[in-house]
Amino acid sequence: MTTLEAVRERDGVRPVTIDEHIVEIVSDSGEGAQRCGQAFAQIAARSGHGIWTVEIIPAEIQPPARSIEGASGNRVRLGSRPITNGGDEADLVVAFNEQVLLGRVRAGELRPGCTILLESMWREDRDERIARTYVEAHDELVAQGYRVVEIPMERECRKVVSDPRRGKNMFALGVLCALYSFDRRLAREQIPLTFGKKDEAVIASNVRLLEAGFEWADENLGLRFRIPKMRATGAQVVLSGNAALALGILASGMEICAMYPITPATSASHYLSEIFERVGGIVHQAEDEIAACAFAIGASYAGKCAVTITSGPGYSLKQEGIGLAVMTEIPLVVVDVQRGGPSTGLPTKAEQGDLLSVLFGTHGDAPKVVYAVSGIEDCFYAMITARKIAETFNTVVVVLSDASLATAQQPIPRPVFSEDWLAQPVDQTPVPEGSKPYDWDAATGLFRRSIPGQPGGMHTVTGLAHDRASHVAYDADSNEDGLRSRSLKLAALQRTLRCPAVFGDEEGDLLVVGWGSTKGAIEETVARLRSEGHKVSALHLHFIQPMPSGIGDILRRFRKVITVESNWSDRPDDALIDRDDRRYSALAMLLRSRYLVDVDCWTEVRGRPLTPGSIRAALLATLAELAS
Amino acid sequence: MTLELTRCLLASDEPHELSDYQTGVPRWCNGCGDNAILAAVQRLCRDEGLAPERTVFVSGIGCSSRLPHYMRAYGFHGTHGRALPIAEGVKMARPDLDVFVSTGDGDCLSIGAAHWIHALRYNMDLTVLLHDNRIYGLTKNQASPTSPLGTKTNTTPRGSYLAPLDPLSVSLGVANVSFVAQAVDWIPEVLYQVIAAAYRHKGFSFVRIVQRCPEFMPGLFDPWIADPQRTLLLRHERGLTIGPALANIYRNTREHDPSDLPAAREIASVEDPIPVGILYRDETVPRYEELRGAGSVRTPDRIRSGLEAELDRFAIRYDGAREAG
Repeated sequence: MTTLEAVRERDGVRPVTIDEHIVEIVSDSGEGAQRCGQAFAQIAARSGHGIWTVEIIPAEIQPPARSIEGASGNRVRLGSRPITNGGDEADLVVAFNEQVLLGRVRAGELRPGCTILLESMWREDRDERIARTYVEAHDELVAQGYRVVEIPMERECRKVVSDPRRGKNMFALGVLCALYSFDRRLAREQIPLTFGKKDEAVIASNVRLLEAGFEWADENLGLRFRIPKMRATGAQVVLSGNAALALGILASGMEICAMYPITPATSASHYLSEIFERVGGIVHQAEDEIAACAFAIGASYAGKCAVTITSGPGYSLKQEGIGLAVMTEIPLVVVDVQRGGPSTGLPTKAEQGDLLSVLFGTHGDAPKVVYAVSGIEDCFYAMITARKIAETFNTVVVVLSDASLATAQQPIPRPVFSEDWLAQPVDQTPVPEGSKPYDWDAATGLFRRSIPGQPGGMHTVTGLAHDRASHVAYDADSNEDGLRSRSLKLAALQRTLRCPAVFGDEEGDLLVVGWGSTKGAIEETVARLRSEGHKVSALHLHFIQPMPSGIGDILRRFRKVITVESNWSDRPDDALIDRDDRRYSALAMLLRSRYLVDVDCWTEVRGRPLTPGSIRAALLATLAELAS
Repeated sequence: MTLELTRCLLASDEPHELSDYQTGVPRWCNGCGDNAILAAVQRLCRDEGLAPERTVFVSGIGCSSRLPHYMRAYGFHGTHGRALPIAEGVKMARPDLDVFVSTGDGDCLSIGAAHWIHALRYNMDLTVLLHDNRIYGLTKNQASPTSPLGTKTNTTPRGSYLAPLDPLSVSLGVANVSFVAQAVDWIPEVLYQVIAAAYRHKGFSFVRIVQRCPEFMPGLFDPWIADPQRTLLLRHERGLTIGPALANIYRNTREHDPSDLPAAREIASVEDPIPVGILYRDETVPRYEELRGAGSVRTPDRIRSGLEAELDRFAIRYDGAREAG
């Protein structure tokens, strides 16, 4: 036997077998904790574990060093099965200084008594205050019951490289890989993948650091974990939500993305900028959000369905353009990677606060398709679907993602390219004589759009009310004809949608309805409650507009329905709030008005992804109320 | 197929009539300068033999922006201020199309000001006609960014408070500016020539057309119309051709080389006499659509290989084999 585990057992450190763990690596900005976390996650995935990563990002680009609010890094949840969310509190933390660690403690992100691997160099810092705060923090954490393992990371790194501050992350990676009994060769293979095109010397020195971490752990750490591996997973790709969006755009056949920089959407455009030109695509950074939207509309009008990517504040600005695209019936894909709001809000943090403004935001009746992605894989395929729907129905399709999906990483089955994903070539055939530019079908509202270049199809589209000839028309009949036809398209699409499957039994005590990035956390929670005997099921919505048929029937089969969302809803126990004036969460409001079911809601707006633990507490309380 | 192609080629050689580009009945007021601009544009289309199906007129909102409705071509009557970014999107997606923009002083210089500045900088091959009547007409008489100081309007009943913005000077101050010209609606021959030069320029051609609004600015330009000396015609071998009839009336002329930017700025800074002609032209400024490789050939194979290369970067494979070590 030559496996690492066998060696360990021979040496007397017997790994503890666990089902899953949540690991955090935190440092000051620029010390590489994020890179360490990502590499650790990749190795875990390649070792046959399910993973989900969550970025820990400070709001500022360069927060002061050693500050509580400056924690930067990554949370990696790894397990013996596919992982769909970041989970609850961390089981193990690697911290490069005690201040960023305290930040995580105070945010309630660590499990009481969890293991902390802490850089100990500060104990001997020449600055007495630093040494003192370190000792105080260390002693306090120990007193609170945390299992603190001090590691002289910098001292150990100095034995291998001259600038240990830049290499500490790979040393820490080595320690972590040893700790979780990862294959050493597999870990080594990750280094060139992580450092990409960097030169050999960089890779060699980081491999040395990784090895040093392994060795330090072998000699000093009497602790090992082993997580059972999954059966073969086959070809997978580890992607963040935003990377998946960008790849989906490329794979959809769209050619133009017009955008304006905004967190947390920008990383999708960054990545797309890197790869799009190789396939003849263009990312246009416009002068503002309004221009980005108008530019995309212009490109779509000319026959190349385009996409514009933004976040809430940018979406607000695009509303004008979106109304124009609705009125002129030009296909358009809009991606809103939601963040906390209103106004500038929480730029780097997750929230699902844009649903209602996306549905109803622009003035007048502006029907559009709204699709909420629920996971990383969904981010990829949603872009292909969105383009197809936009072009087939001559409509705006808004794809809602959020900050938690934007940066989260997960392995997904490697997509297998199909030419069916791509757009048809721009139609340049002559338009039959006598046909009208808006020849709305009486039943579906659909029509065939004439595109510049098509002989005989010349007409002027306008944001003004217009008749079927696209002539400005203010008369009552034309106005109603247009409004009716544009609305009917949603009904036509609705007929093609399948009702989502219920997670769990088709009827029971409690139905939990969600949308967007919360799917993993909700279903994990519901699965656990079900295993404990509760009659709980979950329903997750992707198409929010139009909503597939059959949902009302599902809601009515449960004694109580509650939505779980990350947007504001009035707390029922606040003194001034009663049933009549309570402001419900976005989806609850929609379901109540659409299906006349007394849908309740539980929401949290703490700027972080909803956790199974907090959802569980809320659902247990609801179940208790039901039982009484 | 070949027959169809031949027919298309032949068709494009057929002489066009003005009526090939006309549609609808303009709803502008009698004496409105927009009518003169429409006539000049239709004449240009005929003379250049533009295929109506390959020509796109984009506009924003305002009296000016009704123009696409009266052109038998493809048109996009957009939202207030956004004609330029819409037109940029059209051009980026389809560099094979001829794209014109009609915009007004409110549309371009006020609500669309950011787009105007950046459109100059992008230098895409668009022909932009700024219909500048120095007043908001469609919304019934409010001060515009070019209204002369003291103009009495519905929002400035005691006279406007601010000095007007000069679109020529601003344009000439923006990086990558490549074509700036000025025309007046009451000299149709020069208006036509300026628009034709703008169309032929490969790049962002910005033409400010000083135009009359008989409804809300009656008589504003009467002194200039009455006195030809108050018009400064710019002549150059690479500029306007001033025929004898014109030369007889407009004697106040100045030799101006359109490649001379400082001179162009100096000319732009003078409002009276009103300069008319091509102030600036630089064919060497790179065009954004070319820099970005617009219109490049995309094949499914190219997209497939691009996607596969990226997926390879993120690929992991776990077949369970590692367990054995």
